[in-house]
Amino acid sequence: MARMLKFNIFRYNPQDPASVPHMESFVLEESTSMTLFIALNRLREEQDPSLQFEFCCRAGICGACAMVINGRPGLACHTKTKDLPGEINLMPLPVFKLVGDLTVDTGTWFRSMYDKVESWVHTSKEFDPQSVEEPMDNTDAEAIYELDRCIECGCCVAACGTARLRDDFLGAVSLNRVARFVIDPRDERKDKDYFEIIGNDEGIFGCMGLLACEDICPKRLPLMNQLGFLRRKMGITAIKQIFKK
Amino acid sequence: MQTVYKDVLIIGAGLAGERVAVEAAGAGLSAVCLSIVPARRSHSSAAQGGMQASLGNSVMGEGDSTDVHFADTVKGSDWGCDQEVARLFANAAPIEMRRLCQWGVPWNRVVPGKSTYFKGGQKFEKVEKEEKRGLITARNFGGTAKWRTCYVSDGTGHSVLYTMDNRCAQLGVEVHDKTEAIALIHDGETCFGAIARSLRTGELIAYISRATLVAAGGFGRIYKASTNAVICDGGAQGMVLDTGAVPLGNMEAVQFHPTGIVPTDILVTEGCRGDGGTLLDVNEERFMNIYEPDKAELASRDVVSRWMTYHMRQGKGVKSDYGDHLWLDIRHLGEAHITGKLREVYEICTSFLGIDPIHQLIPVRPTQHYSMGGIRTDKDGSAYGLKGLFSAGESSCWDMHGFNRLGGNSLAETCVAGGIVGKKLVEFLKGYETAIPTAIISDAAKKQEQRIKDLMSGVKGHENVYKVRAAMQNALDKGAHVFRNEEGLTECVTSLQEILYRARRVGLKTNGLGASPELAAALKIEGQVKLALCVAYGALQRTESRGSHNREDYPARNDRDWLTRTLAYWKNPSDDLPSLEYEPASTVFEIPPGDRGYGKMQIISADSKEDK
Repeated sequence: MARMLKFNIFRYNPQDPASVPHMESFVLEESTSMTLFIALNRLREEQDPSLQFEFCCRAGICGACAMVINGRPGLACHTKTKDLPGEINLMPLPVFKLVGDLTVDTGTWFRSMYDKVESWVHTSKEFDPQSVEEPMDNTDAEAIYELDRCIECGCCVAACGTARLRDDFLGAVSLNRVARFVIDPRDERKDKDYFEIIGNDEGIFGCMGLLACEDICPKRLPLMNQLGFLRRKMGITAIKQIFKK
Repeated sequence: MQTVYKDVLIIGAGLAGERVAVEAAGAGLSAVCLSIVPARRSHSSAAQGGMQASLGNSVMGEGDSTDVHFADTVKGSDWGCDQEVARLFANAAPIEMRRLCQWGVPWNRVVPGKSTYFKGGQKFEKVEKEEKRGLITARNFGGTAKWRTCYVSDGTGHSVLYTMDNRCAQLGVEVHDKTEAIALIHDGETCFGAIARSLRTGELIAYISRATLVAAGGFGRIYKASTNAVICDGGAQGMVLDTGAVPLGNMEAVQFHPTGIVPTDILVTEGCRGDGGTLLDVNEERFMNIYEPDKAELASRDVVSRWMTYHMRQGKGVKSDYGDHLWLDIRHLGEAHITGKLREVYEICTSFLGIDPIHQLIPVRPTQHYSMGGIRTDKDGSAYGLKGLFSAGESSCWDMHGFNRLGGNSLAETCVAGGIVGKKLVEFLKGYETAIPTAIISDAAKKQEQRIKDLMSGVKGHENVYKVRAAMQNALDKGAHVFRNEEGLTECVTSLQEILYRARRVGLKTNGLGASPELAAALKIEGQVKLALCVAYGALQRTESRGSHNREDYPARNDRDWLTRTLAYWKNPSDDLPSLEYEPASTVFEIPPGDRGYGKMQIISADSKEDK
């Protein structure tokens, strides 16, 4: 016989004056190839239509369904129940503002991050529709994509010790974003320009090196390598600036 | 109620919407995008394969041109497209790819020298030229004469969307995410914006604009098994249909993708077949080469889906708990290729199926994938019926896809059409002023407030929204799938009419406060069932087979009677069927209707008109 799974889910609707934060339990029979995507949708459709959670692509591509699953941030869509014990605790991601139950507001956090790190290619070149594209080495293109693969699920931020301690910490995702532009030959920014953005405790020097970001990244991005890469670059930039003074 | 005023309101923040926003912002206009999810979660991000543009840099793309791309697109559409639009698209696509390059897309580039590729399970060699080093390269996709699909490994949509959203951030385009448009504000002649609901707080917000553009993606989720993201639910198309003034075009043209995985319906990219993957049956034997000796697995999607369904009906499918399926075999491509160029596919197989595609077969079957139909616009992207309303991307029927869309053409369309329509929208707004009738705005808001109150109080009834939705999905899956016939479609229409009656009697089970997901579902269910009726009723009336629309009882493509585009209106909110009208598929014919060269079928020529 299939297992009866017990889901303990964080419940709170900030827009409902009668709502108080609490844990609520649901029971569901496990089915073949069940994922948390299947389970949570069944819970909402069959047991409690007010249950708030996010899914979008449900295929590990968009990052919408990040939540804390038995204490560990991860994507609910590709978490198979057969890999979990019979009792499953689901909590919303910390750091981000709660919308309700398991739903948090990642959009506002990330949008402000793009502004802070100026997340776009800085170039003085005007686009000329008549001319052929500028050649680029394919290995460069692939290296950029390797870092561009981030899906902004927020897991690395939720798992980060520094981000939990201070609101202004940019987090691994932002530093990875900066690294993506540092290696892009089209971006004309210099190390000193990046230093102004991340050469401080909000940025590269705030990282405590606890490595959780890379441990939980659902896309297995080489986040620690990027942190190391940027820290070296920014360290050298800092020393250069001292000698200039 | 909060009111937001902008020059341009864009509903949807995927690639098409953001591309239009970039044009508007670049012209100094104020633009806001509304999105149900953070912009980068839009379904554009899920497109793995690539974007078609005839750059011709790769050796396998030599001799490619905008003319060849245009011809492939028209043939692919089964002559159902607007040829003027297909021409605009093919001509602009190469420029758009280069523009995206400038903005930061890390396109894969030409690497000179020898490399191998697979076709039909066999290994071949090609030599890329030194003088093309570092230029944007291309891969092979179904239904095209040349290798034309520009790509970023297996995350093209993701990478282009991130670049586009960066561009929006740079230009100061506002994206109001977790905000869902629920009704257009209009007077039957002009559109003035939309009433939206915050998915954070449940509050209503009025967005007032001189121009409104809908770029909300497809409506695949009205089907039960769909490759689409769960947000592709047709909410926006239902909202537009509800105006009574704007028709939806070719709603019966629904594309099924050959390789949705079983059971979760997640798509594995056409790149698998483009790169040499093969389809196998229960005996682990290839079959596409029997039906399509030339193109085999690389025939267009409608053709491959049809033969797969046909082959399974011959008893050659693999039995499973979830029904019959077939196998996709990419094992011969090797570990390096599968974990490199097809990494997303590898991850999907291991994460969602628990199988290893380097050594194991992937269970696949045709699954609802793309909506060729949508908000009918002219070639400028301007919607029929309401001044100031535009549409672009999958939610529109701009109509470069006709009755079948080629792989790599939709992702390209988002940006190419976004650029073209964006420019036209900016032109439209130059010197265009409109008096904003405040009474119409407050009436629209009051009407939505009342709808919400009614759903909360259950005054109209107590139907469960999720049960109604499941009934609608089952009806479509049963009657309006890959193969269609009069009996199945008639039954589908009849049951959808009953379901529409139930949709009008939905009441909430919960209090509906805040970001209530039940309320969000309830607000769009009637519109969804109406869309389903447009699909099924349109398919019932169209007594021919064209592209993705396959009538078993009318197997011939009938250019004599059906070289037309269906326009579906919902003239009175209380109607229980759409009003169908027809217009010529194209007013310009650069290429007269002919044989596609694959998917062999009988054609009733347009010249045989006198025989009618």
